[in-house]
Amino acid sequence: MQRLLLLGDEAIAQAAIDAGISGIYAYPGTPSTEITEYVQNSKEAKAKGIRSSWSTNEKTAMEAALGMSYAGKRAMVCMKHVGLNVAADPFVNSAITGANGGLIIVAADDRFMHSSQNEQDSRALAKFALMPVLEPSNQQEAYDMVYYGFELSEKYRIPVMLRITTRLAHSRAGVTRREQRNQNEMRLPTNLRQFVLLPSIARKQYKSLLENQTPFETESENSGYNKYIDGKNKKLGIITTGIAYNYLMENYPNGTLEYPLLKITQYPVPRKLVEKLYEECEEILVLEEGSPMVEELLRGLLDKGKKVYGRLDGTVPRDGELNPVIVAKALGLKTEEGLKIPGNVVGRPPSLCAGCPHIDSVVALNEALSKYAKGNVFSDIGCYTLAALPPYESINSCVDMGASITMAKGAADAGLKPAVAVIGDSTFTHSGITGLLDAVNDKSNITVVILDNATTGMTGGQQSSAYGHIEEICKGLGVEEEHIIVMNPVKSKSEENMEIIKRELEYDGVSVLIPRRECIQTLSRKSKEKRAGK
Amino acid sequence: MKKDIILAGVGGQGILSIAACIGLAAVSAGMNLKQAEVHGMSQRGGDVQSHLRISDDEIHSDLIPQGKADIIISVEPMESLRYLPMLSKDGWIITNTAPFVNIPNYPPIEGIIEEIEKVPNHVAIDADKIAKEIKAVKSANMVILGAASKHIGISYEQLQEGVRMLFGRKGEDVVNANLRALEEGRKFAI
Repeated sequence: MQRLLLLGDEAIAQAAIDAGISGIYAYPGTPSTEITEYVQNSKEAKAKGIRSSWSTNEKTAMEAALGMSYAGKRAMVCMKHVGLNVAADPFVNSAITGANGGLIIVAADDRFMHSSQNEQDSRALAKFALMPVLEPSNQQEAYDMVYYGFELSEKYRIPVMLRITTRLAHSRAGVTRREQRNQNEMRLPTNLRQFVLLPSIARKQYKSLLENQTPFETESENSGYNKYIDGKNKKLGIITTGIAYNYLMENYPNGTLEYPLLKITQYPVPRKLVEKLYEECEEILVLEEGSPMVEELLRGLLDKGKKVYGRLDGTVPRDGELNPVIVAKALGLKTEEGLKIPGNVVGRPPSLCAGCPHIDSVVALNEALSKYAKGNVFSDIGCYTLAALPPYESINSCVDMGASITMAKGAADAGLKPAVAVIGDSTFTHSGITGLLDAVNDKSNITVVILDNATTGMTGGQQSSAYGHIEEICKGLGVEEEHIIVMNPVKSKSEENMEIIKRELEYDGVSVLIPRRECIQTLSRKSKEKRAGK
Repeated sequence: MKKDIILAGVGGQGILSIAACIGLAAVSAGMNLKQAEVHGMSQRGGDVQSHLRISDDEIHSDLIPQGKADIIISVEPMESLRYLPMLSKDGWIITNTAPFVNIPNYPPIEGIIEEIEKVPNHVAIDADKIAKEIKAVKSANMVILGAASKHIGISYEQLQEGVRMLFGRKGEDVVNANLRALEEGRKFAI
């Protein structure tokens, strides 16, 4: 079989194509973006007619994938961990409706917040929803688990979560492909009430989800993905979850690990295997790339059993991601310190690109706001969040997608004036529209700046759902036409732009300013492609 | 054979192309490979690094353990120093000496070069200048790869093949510019 060199994300995408999906749905988000991009760029996927364009947000993506599953076809939906919060409503309820065609939800967790606002563990949401989880430890497993995940999903008619973390998503390794599966034919659910969560039906469906927990656990014990590897030295038993296994084995190359090991990559937690380890070993070390979820279960509320080491007692740091050295230290092994970083090396934080339109926008905004006290600008998730840092220091909040508009509204309700929201075009259609409607209905006194760079910039320049729609959306929501103003964020217009902003800050009501200029990255990519085309 | 390589630079300087060249060469030589990259926010003009591991045996961790890297290959001088804690005692630094200044407080370059020279095994090369001289301005990264070529554990011919595979779809001119850059780097380091 063909062997490819693939990122973890790409391995999942290739597997989805090979395992017979009919569609993939997603909103870009690090570290999940490359899954959908791979399908979008795949000639095979195109030939097979797999739909793959970007969704407006994770909730619409999740619901569309559920609809495809309803129609009997296989679907995959991908998101970053905080994207799963956005999709939480359909996600949790999809466990109760169940699936028809196979359905896999990929949740890519960004431990250590390389490019995120928090480091929540998606396994917790899957447990909340009572949904099985697969958590591959390497790229090949990621590929194989997509096949297995669809089998599991179709066998029990249950959506399955595939949980990965940054280091697997963005690390490349060799992956062997499998025999391809055909897509499903359209086939509606045999029970046409399966997806109707009226209380009387939902109660029945929920009971059957609860009953399925036992077979899900049996699958966990027997699928072969959770491995019990015996060892001679029973002083310590080790449990790893996901990629923690790799960091452990890095410290014990060539079969030198002498402790019994339980490698967990499938949930519900396989209790029988845990029990075996617990009974046979004197103490237990739990290594999890994520929150101490298995560790908490093992300790229980009172933690009166055998000695357990892990993130909760400080053997492993409570936050952040694992690495081979953290694991070595947890096991009392010798580690290397390496040389020190010389004192003259300074930090190089990420920054807005030279020529970025956001720079002109935030400079004009700063200028227009200079006569007011500081602290009036609510912002959002995107490249422009970097305007919080010097030299601009323009914004005062970044919480979740769309929160700029609604937080500005709340602060305006409290009497803050001016109250400004700064949001990107893609973030606006992701989650800003409903907040703007609230503001219009309430005649809130806010100034919304929609930075329109015609792309989803931070994640690498994906198609923005907002493209070509912003003014019409604002008009449709009821923003007065004379207060919807498109601006050209270039140096030569800075004076003019500043005057417009000043005027709209004074206006009592909702105004929307739209500085519009294409992202410098996508622009230069396009002109390169053009030149190459010639 | 096993090599653990840290690739360092600033977002947009082409360290992933170096990784891809070595990767393609290693895989066609039948070796195992793992390569961890940084995507997302840090790519915007921030410091970026990639952990590249190649081996005849199975590779477990996607990340190189601290103090165990065999080589730091850096397209930027200050960035080569940022990863010194990763380098093993007898490891090599192969770095560009041309600074990439996108921050107001970039330290005096003399002090940076001084620190690089304190590392016993180092190759410091003005790759930007060489790339300009051979009219391959965009290939400073390949000059650095050439300078590192004898430490990577992959034959020079295989690296050349990696360059051809990586840049092949961009046309013969691009391939040749990069091969020239690779060669100049190699000659410098001999």
